[in-house]
Amino acid sequence: MFDKLKKAFGGSKAEEPKVEEKVEEAAPVETKAAEAPKAASSKPRIGYIHLSGCTGDAMSLTENYDILSTVLTDMIDIVYGQTLVDKWIHGTYAEEMPEMDLCLIEGSVCLQDEHSVHELLEARKKSGLICAFGSCAVTGCFTTFARGGQQAQPKHESFLPISSLVKVDLALPGCPVAPEMIAKAVVALCNGDLDYLKPAMDWAACDKGCGCDVLTNIVRQGLCTGCGTCALGCPTRAMGFAEGRPSCDRDRCIKCGTCYLMCPRSWLPTSEIKKETGL
Amino acid sequence: MVLGTYKEALSARSTEQKILDVSQDGGIVSALLCYALDEGIIEGAVVAGTPDDDWRPVPTVVTSADEVIAAAGTKYSMSPTLSAIKEATRQYGLEKVGVVATPCQTQGLRKAQAYPFTRFVAEKIKLIVGIYCMENFPMASLDTFATAKLGFDSLQDATKMDIGKGKFWLTKDGEDSGLAIKETHGYEQAGCNICMDYVAEWSDVSTGSVGSPDGWSTVLTRTDAGADVFKGAVAAGLIETKPMDEVKPGLPLLEKLAKGKKDKNGKVREERVKMGLPIPPEY
Repeated sequence: MFDKLKKAFGGSKAEEPKVEEKVEEAAPVETKAAEAPKAASSKPRIGYIHLSGCTGDAMSLTENYDILSTVLTDMIDIVYGQTLVDKWIHGTYAEEMPEMDLCLIEGSVCLQDEHSVHELLEARKKSGLICAFGSCAVTGCFTTFARGGQQAQPKHESFLPISSLVKVDLALPGCPVAPEMIAKAVVALCNGDLDYLKPAMDWAACDKGCGCDVLTNIVRQGLCTGCGTCALGCPTRAMGFAEGRPSCDRDRCIKCGTCYLMCPRSWLPTSEIKKETGL
Repeated sequence: MVLGTYKEALSARSTEQKILDVSQDGGIVSALLCYALDEGIIEGAVVAGTPDDDWRPVPTVVTSADEVIAAAGTKYSMSPTLSAIKEATRQYGLEKVGVVATPCQTQGLRKAQAYPFTRFVAEKIKLIVGIYCMENFPMASLDTFATAKLGFDSLQDATKMDIGKGKFWLTKDGEDSGLAIKETHGYEQAGCNICMDYVAEWSDVSTGSVGSPDGWSTVLTRTDAGADVFKGAVAAGLIETKPMDEVKPGLPLLEKLAKGKKDKNGKVREERVKMGLPIPPEY
């Protein structure tokens, strides 16, 4: 199911389909009982790496109570992750990072934290797809404002979007990523629904993400209609309005990018809207 | 398709005098919200009110018929209405929210539903009542129409504002003053010039004056949710209807204006692309 995706992203690893083929070869031919292990072993292998973030995105993921057990038991295998499955390459019982079809990465990467840098680079080698999960990974979000000089690591001061060090395949911004957005993305991933994921793939450059983008790319471009969607999206209520135009209070803006992402004039999912509404 | 996908087109009017006393045209928006509130289809709605009676729209959460009626009537300037959905869902704790939305706001809402990047909000939007919209004006433009062009001392002297029969109308002391629509061109906000939607094509039900006689509104029901609310309000006796082909000027005028907007603004979009300027990418 991920093959189609990986091909589309271009950065896929040649051996992935082989693994599935092997499994298929090994599986007995006819009986229904034999289908169970086959299905289980072809589930996408997901990793979850926690860099410099607040765990809010992981919490958001687990807020999908209603679908979570189905996702975890039937749809995916979480094969790596310190928070979710107690596996960490720098842990007490250090283990190798497994091969992953998709690795979700929460948090920005701190350049002065050798563990983070190493884990991120390693994840790029081991993962078919890298998803910048949450705004810290996408833009740096509020870690952008870090200045160092704090305990327990005074030297930790440069917190960058993960795209600064590795190629990102798709980005799901949000502070945190909204639970329902995660659910829709997971379902789309499992169904290989590339059309739905295309905007997230196009966001992978991770170069957009604060109230300034609304001012620069929408208002200044003569595209704003003052509809208010940016203020609806803003988690810190940094977006105010004057004379029918958004004005971003930069002291409140945490650079999560949700305002610009949600603006109907930054991009418009016409096909998906028509599909969902029947209009 | 120039009017988008719709189930039924009807000419309609509220049957309640206290709505008709304050409504822009047929009072359909108010009647639908009152019915939906009464029936528990929504617990509240987000609308453009003008609490200071100065024509400046303010996004407002309404939860009762009285509040709906207090906010009735079209405001011809920008209202960041969607920003108040946050207030409706967070402060008011509403689980079922209606929104009165222009076409651009309808796009913002549908995008937020298709890609719910803000948590626990989009799923609570249960009814989008779309309003026909050709363009919107900054407050300073409205001031100009009132003072420089129609000779009012102040915009606030106007008791009613309307666009119809080719004119922008202000009413003062019971007397209507009209300004040719041509005179208003160039005063609309720029963002409207690339909009291809006149009739809120993605709303649940959309309405506006064009196509129907004075005091009536043209209604297009679009989704099941929109059709159910409209039919329910008709069945409850809150709205009376006439078939579109029995009224003047009828649907052809609405189609003509909708197509006109698409043609005119389609050219603006092409011009922008030629100049190397961005237009919103569509997926």
